[in-house]
Parts: sequence; C-alpha cells; structure tokens
Amino acid sequence: MSGERLRAAVAASSLAGAGAHDDLLRSIVETARAIFRARASSITLYDEEADQLEFRAVAGEGSDRLVGRRFPASEGVAGWVVRSGEAMVIDDVGADPRFSREVAESTGYVPRGLMAVPLVREERVLGVLSVLDRPADERFTAAEMQLLGRFASQAAIALDIVESARGARALLEADADAALVARVAVALDTLQGERREAGRRLLAALEDVLGDP
Amino acid sequence: MSSDREPLPAHALSAAAVDRVAGSEWPADMDREWALGGSTGAGVRVCVLDSGVQPDHSDVGPVERAVAVEPDAEGFATVVDDTTGDAYGHGTACAGLIRALAPDVTVESVRVLGQEKRGSGGAMLAGLSWAVEQGYDVINMSLSSTKRELTAPLQEIADKAYFRRSLIVASAHNMALKSWPWRFSSVISVGSHDGLDSTEVFYNPSPPVEFFARGMDLDMPWLGGTRIRASGNSFATANMSGICALIRAKHPDLAPFEVKGVLLGIAGNVERRAG
Repeated sequence: MSGERLRAAVAASSLAGAGAHDDLLRSIVETARAIFRARASSITLYDEEADQLEFRAVAGEGSDRLVGRRFPASEGVAGWVVRSGEAMVIDDVGADPRFSREVAESTGYVPRGLMAVPLVREERVLGVLSVLDRPADERFTAAEMQLLGRFASQAAIALDIVESARGARALLEADADAALVARVAVALDTLQGERREAGRRLLAALEDVLGDP
Repeated sequence: MSSDREPLPAHALSAAAVDRVAGSEWPADMDREWALGGSTGAGVRVCVLDSGVQPDHSDVGPVERAVAVEPDAEGFATVVDDTTGDAYGHGTACAGLIRALAPDVTVESVRVLGQEKRGSGGAMLAGLSWAVEQGYDVINMSLSSTKRELTAPLQEIADKAYFRRSLIVASAHNMALKSWPWRFSSVISVGSHDGLDSTEVFYNPSPPVEFFARGMDLDMPWLGGTRIRASGNSFATANMSGICALIRAKHPDLAPFEVKGVLLGIAGNVERRAG
C-alpha cells in the first residue's frame, strides 16, 4: 500500500462513518427534489467495469426500493450523460416506448419529464444526478438551467468525498496492517491530557525504532 | 498525413502587387431577412458529430452518409461506415432540429459516442479531425471534452476548420468545469436562451460563450419515430447549426469570421448606432 493510500485509509477511519455519508447524498437528492418541486430525484454512481449505473441515493418516488439497484449505461438518457459528460433536460418524453421502458425499468414508474446532469470531478464522470417530473405545465427556464448546473457541481463534490471514503474503508478491510494503524490513530484521538501525551511519546518512540535502518 | 503539408505561409506582401480579392456581399443594414430570408439550406453539407442519427425517422429525413469512430485491431481510433443508427436519441434530435430549420441541407452523421464507456474524448478528436478533412460547411458539436491533454490537438483541428471555412458550432458546457472545443475563439460557441423564436440569436459580449440560440422547451424527433420536448445547450447548438446552414446556403462566400459578423448583425440584443 502506498503512503498516500495508507494516509487516506487512516484518515477515513477517523472520519464520519458510512451512515453519515449516505445521509449527505440523501440530503442532496431531497434538496434537489424540493427546489425543482419534482416527484423524485436520484444520484447514481457509474461503475465503468460493468458499464452500469447504481442508485446511491433516492428521494421521492422509489426511495424505498431503488438504492443499490443497477441499470445499463449503454443506452438511454443517463447513458448519454455518462458518455458525453453533458446535461440533458427532457420536458416531456412524449410517446417513445423505448424511453418509457428504459426509465420504468430503472425507476418503477414512467415520468413525463427528466433532467439528468453528469457529476464530474477531475475530468471524470462519477455518476448522474437525475430529477424526475418537475411541474410539467411550467416551462423550463434559463434560471433553472443555471441552478441545475450549480447544484450538480456541488453534488459532484459530495459524491467524490463519499466514494473516496468508501474506497479507503474498503482498503482498510483488505489490509490488516493499515487497519491496525488506523485503530491506533483512532485510539490516540480519543485520549486526553496526560494519557494522550504518553500515547504520543510512545508512538514517537515507536516511529524512531521502526524508522531506524 | 499529406493534407498537413502546406506551402510556406505568406508573411510579407507587396502593397503595389497585392492580389485583388472578391469580397463578400455585405449590406449597410444587416437584418435577418438579408442573412437567411428565403434560404432552405440547399447545397450546404452539415455533419452531426454525436451519438449517431436514426436513419429512417420521417422528421429527420435522409442521412446521406453515416460513419462511426471505432478502435481498429491495434486499438487506434478509425472511421468506418456505420449502420448502428443512434442508441441514445441525442444525435437524432440534433439532426431533426437542423432539418426543421434548414429542410434542404445534406445531413451526414459521424458517431463518436456509444462504443467507448465514459467518453474518453479520443473518439471525439478522431471524429472531428475526420469531419474537418471532409470539408463540411457546418459541423454540429453538441459535445465537449474535459480532458486537458486533448486541448492542444482539439485547438489545432478547430483552427484548421476555421481556415478551411468549415464552421464548427459547439455547445457550451452548463456546469462549472472547463471543457473544449467551445472555449476556442475559432468555433461558434452556443448557450441557450429561453425565447420561442428558433432563428433568434443573442450576442454575449462576455465570452467564452459568444452566442445564444433557442434552447428551451423545444419539440424534436426522438428514437422510435417519436417526438419529445426537451431543453439544453445541445439543442441550442443544433438550432445555431441550422441558422448557420441557412446563412451559408444564401451567402456561400462568407468565411467563418464573417458568419460570426452576420450573427452579431442579426443578434436581437445588439443596438445599432446610426452611421
């Protein structure tokens, strides 16, 4: 394990747990749903190896059953967003049976409208933020378009943090040495006063011994 | 590539012996009627660089030629004839919007999305390079790449298109990230306005987005012979490609910078001062 990855793993162990990260993503989709007055909103994570999108957070319709579910990224609106890195706003899907099937398979219902934006970090598309069925009788405005872009930029940062932490946690589980160092770091962090100072001295001495060639 | 070989550029000029150049027709009062009135786009070749175009959609009309960028046996991007059509709908929608404005243009498709997972930009680069070699009058690019290593080759291709009078009409990204080629000055960069007139354009004095075309609440063809209503810079770009096709059909001698001048001249937000 490289020093950088070990540091990330140790840092992750003292960060908020997976539950807090799930809460963060869920609050983002709930806010997206609220500001666009939409029926549902979701964040999907792109799994490049499988070429699939996986639901990570869902608000509104489907929130009770979709998290963890996957669908192919090789077609459809979300697929286009992943491949192009561009946003797509469909005000009314019309009568396209293909569209209906695609969306119904991934959400459990057929929306009239769909906004999908890429969540991009460091030149990579991490996933897709979708907002389903904003009020159909109101025209989509330039202001909403700007808002959607800004919101997606924020969601991308959150998804990046959550996924990095998840990757670090997975590393800890796979590496016993890293897990030991992480446990020691957490233990030191919980100590106070003289006990903490003693622990720090002990670790400094250990560092000297281990660092001596 | 043989087409990359060119004579030495002219760096010095004899004022007395300067070649006469037939200038473009240019009115004292530029308006939309002069720019594109009566034009149907006849004679103009438009390339849709996208996810492919569904070949048999009645609202898209004939697709003269369809190619795709795919990896060859060694993994290098190569251009092959394409029979896949469009797996996503996006290219079909763009082609349909262009056709709706300019019914007599020739539409050709270069598919650069579909095979590659998470667009690497490599296919886009190869497809654009190929399209510029073909000398299309208008290249619709409702796409961009965030890959920094592609900026130099993309800019080289965009400049080549500019000097060869191929207009690249490129979609601005609507998020807070840097992508190309729409940020280059040699292309026509397009954002969305929410007006209802598909031939109305606005000029932006604060680039990199130079122009806005109608991009909201548009009716457009989609997969399976159907239609949808959609919004976004992609579709503003397709409208702008249609407008540029109309201008180029009516005024075929205009160079790309002159087409930009015409767009500025017809922009709904530019006030004229009396001369």
